[in-house]
Amino acid sequence: MTAVTSRLSAVPLTGWIGMALIAINLFLFAFGPMLAPYGQEEIVGVPFDAPQPGHPLGFDQNGRDMLSRVLYGAQTSIGISLAAVCLSFAIGVPLGILAALRGGWLDLVLSRLVDTVMSIPVLISALVVLQALGSSLPVLIVTIACLDSTRVFRLARLVAQGINVMDYAEVARLRGEGLAWMIRREILPNVLPPLVAEFGMRFCFTFLFVAGLSFLGLGVQPPFADWGGMVRDNQQGILYGLYAPLFPAAAIALVTIGVNLTVDWMLSGRTTVQGDNR
Amino acid sequence: MSDKILRIRNLRVSTDSGTELLHGVSLDLEQGEILGLIGESGAGKSTIGLAAMGYGRGGCRITGGEVLLAGRDLADCSRQDREAVRGARIAYVAQSAAAAFNPAHRLEKQIIEAPLYHGLMTETEARAWMVELFTALGLPEPESFGRRFPHQVSGGQLQRAMVAMAMACKPDILVLDEPTTALDVTTQIEVLRLLRDTIRKYGRSALYITHDLAVIAQVADRLVVLRHGQEIETGPTQQILTAPREEYTRRLVSERQASLSAPAGAAHKTGRELLRLNRVDATYGKVPVISEIELSVKQGETVAIVGESGSGKSTLARVVAGLLPPSQGAVMFDGAALPPSYRKRGKDLLRRIQLIYQLPDVALNPRQTVGETIGRPLTRFQGLTGRANRAEVLRLLEQIGLPAEMADRLPDALSGGQKQRVCIARALAAKPDLIICDEVTSALDPLVAEDILRLLRRLQDELGITYLFITHDLSVVKRLADRTVVMQKGRIVEEAETDRLFEAPGQIYTRKLLASVPQLDPGWLDQVLTAP
Repeated sequence: MTAVTSRLSAVPLTGWIGMALIAINLFLFAFGPMLAPYGQEEIVGVPFDAPQPGHPLGFDQNGRDMLSRVLYGAQTSIGISLAAVCLSFAIGVPLGILAALRGGWLDLVLSRLVDTVMSIPVLISALVVLQALGSSLPVLIVTIACLDSTRVFRLARLVAQGINVMDYAEVARLRGEGLAWMIRREILPNVLPPLVAEFGMRFCFTFLFVAGLSFLGLGVQPPFADWGGMVRDNQQGILYGLYAPLFPAAAIALVTIGVNLTVDWMLSGRTTVQGDNR
Repeated sequence: MSDKILRIRNLRVSTDSGTELLHGVSLDLEQGEILGLIGESGAGKSTIGLAAMGYGRGGCRITGGEVLLAGRDLADCSRQDREAVRGARIAYVAQSAAAAFNPAHRLEKQIIEAPLYHGLMTETEARAWMVELFTALGLPEPESFGRRFPHQVSGGQLQRAMVAMAMACKPDILVLDEPTTALDVTTQIEVLRLLRDTIRKYGRSALYITHDLAVIAQVADRLVVLRHGQEIETGPTQQILTAPREEYTRRLVSERQASLSAPAGAAHKTGRELLRLNRVDATYGKVPVISEIELSVKQGETVAIVGESGSGKSTLARVVAGLLPPSQGAVMFDGAALPPSYRKRGKDLLRRIQLIYQLPDVALNPRQTVGETIGRPLTRFQGLTGRANRAEVLRLLEQIGLPAEMADRLPDALSGGQKQRVCIARALAAKPDLIICDEVTSALDPLVAEDILRLLRRLQDELGITYLFITHDLSVVKRLADRTVVMQKGRIVEEAETDRLFEAPGQIYTRKLLASVPQLDPGWLDQVLTAP
């Protein structure tokens, strides 16, 4: 217990702010739609009307309640990013470790495949796939996950290679351990710290990526609310000095800042992953 | 007072988290004197060395006491004052020269940098002084040696170049932190002699930090014995070696001379051949590493393989373990041919040959408890699970002399010696016939290493295990091995009973190797160098 308390007391202020932002967003992700005073498609006022009692964030371009849209959007935006990142790690980590352990032609084929995918800008690949298959939520998530898993693969492979040459991994191989044991007990626990940190970073990037796709009209389709799409829909408001596009933009900014602050704090104590003999 | 160039009074150093590393150490360094600081790791030797320059290494602070360099307190003066002193009046020589030089710049640029920076010499003067130092340190072609890059010179030469770098400003005091530890024994004596003579020639003072009593006996005028951040004993070198006052010093001194119990009981020695190598060659890629190795190891005996780094002794271990399939020749184990790769070896063969590594830190999975680490081979090789597994783990822990509560600790919470014991227990758990020990004691402090050697010997007496003992430390060989094989440049140059080898070495190389092992006698270095 004392270890836990002493670790908590060592968390810097920025770490606390980051975790608080994440907690708020997770809360919105879970309960946002329940808290919303109006439906996300309900037209209850004048387009682009200013904030007023009962509508603290004003109205969007169609006269829908901005607060309700932001609350609904939390679920879509965070949900898509979370699902895409989890999926990309589920693909990238096992393949990366496998490539590192097996080496040879398997490593060669997987690595060159990943190189090929990575050589094409992500946005272009995503645009092509989404145009061809149409933009539905599952397609969106799987596309982003596959493209992102290339980055995860490279990191997992690199870190696992470092662990795989350690004497304890050699001892396990000399014991004749199978692949499952090697991955689960020898490699994975030791590659986890950098991967957890990467998870936070990837979540941020994916979030912005989804927002970007929505902005281009290929992400979440109307009338469903998501923050990136809301910025796009309300963009002409900027020309007239209106608040409307600022609220979803601020929501995106707060999530990214929160995750970044937390990741920075987690990374600061984890700069030596391996090769540290003490 | 005037001849005491450095006075450290009641020095205390703490880490930022509040752990005190030095509990008030005092020492004096006189003009022209070499003072040896000796102790095991964690004794605070290096911390004193750095504190003498008014420097607390990463995460440490000087919390009390004085460091008086020619009357000025370095622990309590401005940063500018300290920087003016460092390099110019007191300079540091680190253990690893390779890490201290910038690989992208020529040696001369890095050596004359300090005197130019401090404005002590003109470039011509600095260069002339550098060449003089190179000559004194016995470096080849002193005029042009500085034109080389760090990777173009050998380890021993680089270590000497670093001494030249430290002396570039003609400092009053040199702090030498394990300057020869990373070198081979035969290189070490050469560097030791040049170091000592150069320091004496120019009348400098030095703090010489090491864990090797025999090395320091050759160079130091006086010794300070340290343990756990406290001074144990101070005195002239001769007195410390011949008449130590404290118990700890006595143990340090006697460790070198102590011989282990008589060779393992003959009960286990059946005379049956357990391992045989027939004209084995091995290569890394196309580069041949070992060639035409003929070796026979009988059951229950200890065979030591000795040689300098690069002699191929570790490669030999990897061939036997199946990690590096030989390019030619065959390995026989217990009468049958051993498959070249460990992948082709059955479970029982994998069980019978076990390996113990040099660095226990990387040989234990940091995320598995001691109990899991030792328990896994029990599960795999003997099918023990649950309670039976736990009971056997506890029995093994007792056998290697660790308390039962260690079973639930992670390796992080263990000392180096304890980790090595766990590695031994993991090997034992497989009930092996042959254990390959690859430099198992070289990363450990002398007294801890001594305990590990005793443990290995006791286990052999009890269990009749055969050891293939790979080491560069001849004092270990002398006390443990029945037979010794000397390797040089990938070939076996001599093989004999250990006693015979030490009494009457047959080959010139063996003689040189044996003569290079530092002895506790302070006159040893001069004797070796004057001998034909």
